[in-house]
Amino acid sequence: MGKTRAKDRMSTEINASSMADIAFLLLIFFLVTTTIVEDKGITVKLPPWSEEEPDITQLKSRNVFSVLVNAQDQLLVRGEIMRVAELRESAKTFIGNPYNAPNMAESPSKAIISLKNDRGTSYGAYLKVYNELKAAYTELWDELSQRKYGVPYSDDMPFAYKKAIRDEIPFVLSEAEPTSFGEE
Amino acid sequence: MSKFQKKRGKTAPAISTASLPDIVFMLLFFFMVVTVLRDSELKVQVSTPYATELTKLEEKSLVNYLYIGRPTQQYQQLYGTKPRLQLGDKFANVNEIPLFLEKHKVKVPESRHGQITSSLRVDGEVTMGIVQDVKTELRKSNQLKVNYSAKKDASLIE
Repeated sequence: MGKTRAKDRMSTEINASSMADIAFLLLIFFLVTTTIVEDKGITVKLPPWSEEEPDITQLKSRNVFSVLVNAQDQLLVRGEIMRVAELRESAKTFIGNPYNAPNMAESPSKAIISLKNDRGTSYGAYLKVYNELKAAYTELWDELSQRKYGVPYSDDMPFAYKKAIRDEIPFVLSEAEPTSFGEE
Repeated sequence: MSKFQKKRGKTAPAISTASLPDIVFMLLFFFMVVTVLRDSELKVQVSTPYATELTKLEEKSLVNYLYIGRPTQQYQQLYGTKPRLQLGDKFANVNEIPLFLEKHKVKVPESRHGQITSSLRVDGEVTMGIVQDVKTELRKSNQLKVNYSAKKDASLIE
């Protein structure tokens, strides 16, 4: 009697209590192997390769915002020593030129940022400087966008808006061939 | 008193664990989806710097990775401690970049060749010399879309 009852139970349902164990096993495997990599970074567009150096000497010096980074990661901005923390504000005033200073950019569209580093500059310092310069532009775009359209600048705003903003304040950053004083 | 005892005696069923597999499977699927099995083992130490102006790399199939950093402990005997370039899963010289890019290119449909991005995963301590050489080589190979990999810095945002 007991035997037949056991047989009945077997035929009617599969014991699923070990399912959780199997699922746990797989779960733990994926937990261990997972590396949630952050695929984020500063996107740049490199200029096409040309043999000769672009000549920036014929540009009006008031339109050029030169940033030099030496092998000790020190900054020289337009002939003056500066800290990285001040760079963003300085670049913003230069590009926007709100008080029409005679030694700053004629208009945002004419402003050129010239970045030059040494082969001994650390990559971290270089990226920090690049980040600040890009942030200066992003803030200017944001301000312009707020003024014109009343919305903050973002990547998913209408293409026409973005183009209008980019035309008014184009991101022009020219990188010169680095000096090689401090290569390790 | 007697009433209370009676009630307690009646309501003592075991907690049903029937839904446990469902919950675990849900977690399992989540991790399976977010998991990225890294295809190349890192032979150089890469600790990317922090930045704020980040853009996300959308499609992984359109991205090729170049690692620059000092060789890890186990490879220092063989390769020294100078910063090296790693392409795929092996150490490489700068002049091997064009071939590496070409190998990646054939896997991408031709109409999307313009969207290929090179992700530079560079250690923050490395000097710009080798980075510059890599950049020059990328420019010569006409691979102009570059992403300097960086971590999001929460402390820099006011």
